[in-house]
Amino acid sequence: MSEPVILHIAGVNKRFGGLQALTDVGIKIMRCQIYGLIGPNGAGKTTFFNVITGLYQPDTGTFELAGKPYSPSAPHEVAKAGIARTFQNIRLFGEMTALENVMVGCHVRTRQGVFGAIFRHKAAREEEAAIRRRAQELLNFVGIGQFASRTAKFLSYGDQRRLEIARALATEPQLLALDEPAAGMNATEKLALRELLVKIKNEGKTVLLIEHDVKMMMSLCDRLMVLEYGKPIAEGLPAEIQSNQAVIDAYLGGSH
Amino acid sequence: MALLNFDTSRNPRQAYASMAVVLIGLLIFPFVAAPFGNSWVRIVDMALLYIMLALGLNIVVGFAGLLDLGYIAFYAVGAYMTGLLASPQFATLLESLINEYPVIGNSLVTVLGPEIQQNGIHLSVWVIVPLAAALAGLFGALLGAPTLKLRGDYLAIVTLGFGEIIRIFMNNLNEPINFTNGPQGINLIDPIRVFGVNLAGEAGSRATVVVGGYAMPSVNAYYFLFLLLCVAVVFVTTRLQHSRLGRAWVAIREDEIAAKAMGINTRNVKLLAFSMGASFGGIAGAMFASFQGFVSPESFSLTESIAVLAMVVLGGIGHIPGVIMGGALLAALPEVLRHVVEPLQERLFGHVLVEAEVLRQLLYGLAMVLIMLNRPAGLWPAPKHEDRPDGDSDTKEQSSGTMAA
Repeated sequence: MSEPVILHIAGVNKRFGGLQALTDVGIKIMRCQIYGLIGPNGAGKTTFFNVITGLYQPDTGTFELAGKPYSPSAPHEVAKAGIARTFQNIRLFGEMTALENVMVGCHVRTRQGVFGAIFRHKAAREEEAAIRRRAQELLNFVGIGQFASRTAKFLSYGDQRRLEIARALATEPQLLALDEPAAGMNATEKLALRELLVKIKNEGKTVLLIEHDVKMMMSLCDRLMVLEYGKPIAEGLPAEIQSNQAVIDAYLGGSH
Repeated sequence: MALLNFDTSRNPRQAYASMAVVLIGLLIFPFVAAPFGNSWVRIVDMALLYIMLALGLNIVVGFAGLLDLGYIAFYAVGAYMTGLLASPQFATLLESLINEYPVIGNSLVTVLGPEIQQNGIHLSVWVIVPLAAALAGLFGALLGAPTLKLRGDYLAIVTLGFGEIIRIFMNNLNEPINFTNGPQGINLIDPIRVFGVNLAGEAGSRATVVVGGYAMPSVNAYYFLFLLLCVAVVFVTTRLQHSRLGRAWVAIREDEIAAKAMGINTRNVKLLAFSMGASFGGIAGAMFASFQGFVSPESFSLTESIAVLAMVVLGGIGHIPGVIMGGALLAALPEVLRHVVEPLQERLFGHVLVEAEVLRQLLYGLAMVLIMLNRPAGLWPAPKHEDRPDGDSDTKEQSSGTMAA
């Protein structure tokens, strides 16, 4: 746990047919930071995200989580290694209750199989109770504990986003990767989300964040990286990014 | 459904009371039905087998959301395995093997002994049931493995193909080595024998089974055996549903990519669903073979797969009480029609106007259309947890939020 660098990725290339989606992208995230990934639409943020979390296979690249190399060959392997994610367009298990959604998140850190399920021996009962307790704690933590028994698809939009975060936290990740968690939120909801992210950081978690709301990112993130056309064009503290000429050009066009 | 409630998480006392009422009803049923003739109990025997099948398919289709149109193949695997290992068929197999490949055939005979060469293999039910479950489970995994990347319609087509492949194999595996006796089917399958009691009745007893000094018709004895197995299957599927694995299955059904991202090894979990579902089908098949004493490929056609799927969908996909009801209705109603419609017409008009078989098909289709129009989630769907404190306001918020995204 003493390793200060939580995620170290270098030399990622990804090509979709004739389109070079990512060119030599690397990232280095320190523990207990909120790290932001910004860039214009189509810059490759989500592609990079999907590569990190094993949804897309990169052409090249080296991957290290907390000092240990991990292979992003399959999403469930990545989740097991300790990276949990949310999705840009919410992907909850709609017909399950909020509590069950989070309980699914506990799957990767628990191990009871068919025999435990059928015979419910002591270990199985204890594990099940622990999963239930932990899931309720996480729902309380993100602030929707009172909706535990509600079907997920009937939750309000902001609460669905929170539920997705709770579900991701249930996998006990070292790194929580959020893909545009504030998309479609109003100002109040964004403010509440901000508070939640700070709370998660204070719990000792590291957060990787993609977001369009630059104002929010500048005030929330400890460090930022800017992507354009699949290439990193700037990396640094929010203040450095704000005054970086390449970033200004990327966002406003070169000849403003 | 208001009187009977099986939702143990909501109202355990009422749920257990309902279960007790149903169980008592089921236990006294054969004694009530016996004076009206054995055919009624026989109908329910078959219905119980179909309920077992429907519950097995419910794991695959209802929980894991994998549309399987070839499920009857596992029923066939269980039935044919019983046919081969509990009838004189194995002797026929050895004979054809000796004729075709004398070296292998004769060496097999020296290993197995002349007894088996004469009479075939006759395994006890205690071996048949676990073996049928294991073999069908293996087939479930084998057939599931190539379909792992398929979803929806594509998966349905491939599984449909697998179902047909198994049936065609059964139809043609009589040459050069006679495994299945081809279209003629396997005959003289042993009836089930539990603790020395022959459930078909001893020879010359006119199908009367004596248990502890009490005599009952053979169909009643089978009824209690099938009921016991059904209760076991219900117990196992309920436990599985409310477990870590059951949640993983539903998660895959709801959103496979999200399930993967949550660390669920979807390959293994899907294969497990296929094989758990198949193993119940295998047990039902073994029981079917012993009950009928005869299996032939005709019993395992595509229409049977579709009938079992219809039971799951009509009853309430993914909801165990609903699936049981669907199985009971669809398996028993056609038989009841057959027994009621023709005598009724003869009494009313003096002769039969519409044959029961025709009417059955008509009503079957009509029922399907009406139920899918009026109750698309099935007759008895899983209860929804919409206990919203503030009524409708949430729906508005949700829809506007989605639009904004």
